[in-house]
Amino acid sequence: MTEFVQHLINGLSLGAVYALIALGYTMVYGVLQLINFAHSEVFMLGAFAGFYSSRWLPKFREEPRFLLILLIAMAFCALVGFLIERVAYRPLRDKPRLNALITAIGISMLIQAVGQLPWFMGPSPQFFPTLLANGPLVEVGGVSVTRLQAITFVAAVVLMIALHRLIFHTRLGTAMRAVSFDGKVAALMGINPDRVIAFTFILGSALAAAAGILVGMGYPRIEPMMGLMLGLKAFVAAVLGGIGNLKGAMAGGILIGMIEALVVGYGTSSYRDAVAFGILILVLVLKPSGLFGRVVTEKV
Amino acid sequence: MRPDAEGGGRAEAGENPTADAESREPLRPIVNRRPPPAAIDRGPPAASGSASALTIWGRSARPLAIGLPLILVVAWALPLRSDSYLVYLAGLAGINVVLAVSLNIVNGFTGQFSLGHAGFMAVGGYVAAAITIAVGGQYQLAFLPESMSDGLLFFGATLAGGGAAGIAGLLVGLPSLRVRGDYLAIVTLGFAEIIRVVIENLQAVGGATGLIGIPPSASISWVLFWVFVVVLVSKRLLASTHGRALLAVREDEIAAEAMGVNTTRYKVQAFVISSFFAGVAGALLGHYLQILSPKDFTFIKSIEVVAMVVVGGLGSISGAVIAAIFLTILPEALRPLQDYTGVDLRMVIYSSLLVLLMLLRPTGIFGSRELWDLRRSRRRPPVQAGEDAP
Repeated sequence: MTEFVQHLINGLSLGAVYALIALGYTMVYGVLQLINFAHSEVFMLGAFAGFYSSRWLPKFREEPRFLLILLIAMAFCALVGFLIERVAYRPLRDKPRLNALITAIGISMLIQAVGQLPWFMGPSPQFFPTLLANGPLVEVGGVSVTRLQAITFVAAVVLMIALHRLIFHTRLGTAMRAVSFDGKVAALMGINPDRVIAFTFILGSALAAAAGILVGMGYPRIEPMMGLMLGLKAFVAAVLGGIGNLKGAMAGGILIGMIEALVVGYGTSSYRDAVAFGILILVLVLKPSGLFGRVVTEKV
Repeated sequence: MRPDAEGGGRAEAGENPTADAESREPLRPIVNRRPPPAAIDRGPPAASGSASALTIWGRSARPLAIGLPLILVVAWALPLRSDSYLVYLAGLAGINVVLAVSLNIVNGFTGQFSLGHAGFMAVGGYVAAAITIAVGGQYQLAFLPESMSDGLLFFGATLAGGGAAGIAGLLVGLPSLRVRGDYLAIVTLGFAEIIRVVIENLQAVGGATGLIGIPPSASISWVLFWVFVVVLVSKRLLASTHGRALLAVREDEIAAEAMGVNTTRYKVQAFVISSFFAGVAGALLGHYLQILSPKDFTFIKSIEVVAMVVVGGLGSISGAVIAAIFLTILPEALRPLQDYTGVDLRMVIYSSLLVLLMLLRPTGIFGSRELWDLRRSRRRPPVQAGEDAP
């Protein structure tokens, strides 16, 4: 039992990270109906932004330094996300969706490939520095929570609450939901969809950057290909929760994280990557709209 | 409305006897007065009204009559295993052509988006290799010489590999093709990853190190044969009722459904055919390189195939062929650059090609046209710009 709870707690912090990334997928899908494959690369760039900024920043008190690095990475990735949308997706806005999807894959592969060139990040893994000291935080009845796990979970939850407030309690958030509901009608109501879409990308990318730093601290080997698998699993989380649905993405992320932790804990870790996709296929067979999604009838 | 329409029909009658004959039928709806443009473009009946069954039969047998002897001649002219680098490269290009043309059936004709071609390829490659390794040294068909027996075994193994990949395609396609299109991309991708992970953990087929000791059965002529088959099958498929249904699904799924096309069935069928040939390509690759390793079947391999199809033009068979050859040779042609910089630029080139093409020329090199359309359009007055290749 203690072992089970321990696995669940490990899964909780991993799942919070998945949820952060899944939010980016689900928001973009909500406004554009596009699987933003490049999102996983934004996440990877976030980890590297943290890596490089921690190398350049002088040492001072740990916690504010961590927050500063987090902010730098988030700002950098917000810029990257904005640029990707501007350069690659906006020209294809009124083209068939397949074109945008192929472009998204192309951008994703391009960032990976360029990142692997020796004059950028290089193909070999780098070691993420310890930004915050790790150690056991609490231990109750054999179940221990490390400091890092707590930080990861709390940071992710704080960001998610902030996002929730932003989307449900501000004018911009209302505009985002309106565009997501029906872009054309939203434009008729005086909302500038271009601005809202750009803002969606900025928001999602900033969250992905935060996830990148949290992953970097928890699993310090970072490399240009790290986004691929994690991003796919986060996407599975978004589908599991019902794509386009924010709460669904959060729940789906945490669920995927926990399932993965259980598989690694009880089964074999070599199959950990296969499990998420098994879940995806199951979801598609049993409930294609996801756990929280609403069924959308396609109209002509 | 009706008398007016009939009057119109009569007025045209002097110039066009067929229209006259049609309009005289009493209950014809107005729209049927002229044959639909698609029917004009349908080659045989319109072009040669008096073609006998024999000429039609002869025309449809023409590719076989030309292609098979040509392959036999190449097989006879080339040594069984050539050490020449160019011949080696030609074989790889041929395998890539099989891959690209088969993916084109799903991504080009049907308008779905599969990202897991490497997975199906792996299934086919490993199944075929396992069969030839297991059967190879032990049995020989008594009445046949060794080389023919091996050839037959390889052919059977290729079919088995393709069949296994087709079944895998059915298993993946059935759930994912029922839901919205872009899920297919992620499901096929995930499936390919699952396959790879499973192979890596299967010690029976070599695990992560790969399967070695596969007999070198796939000669250039086998590759050519399968290129021929896949091109012929997809060309004929496109011209058939099935192909029309696939195009209808691509153009507008809801409209196709409303016209009575069972979209899921056709999509799954196309997917299975495509997976079959991916499996064949995998079998060819395994018996060509004599080694199969899970590293060959990553996400990147799938992307390479997608790049070939997109560069060639989604839906164009000849485009896929040319792009596959081009993208196989390109990295080799860039080898000096690679040696100079010491960097593998292949993925950079593939991905930037994809992005630039999508932004600048989303239709690819050929669009959905074909090489053989060029000749036809010169011979006959052009009909209906939007009409797809027969």
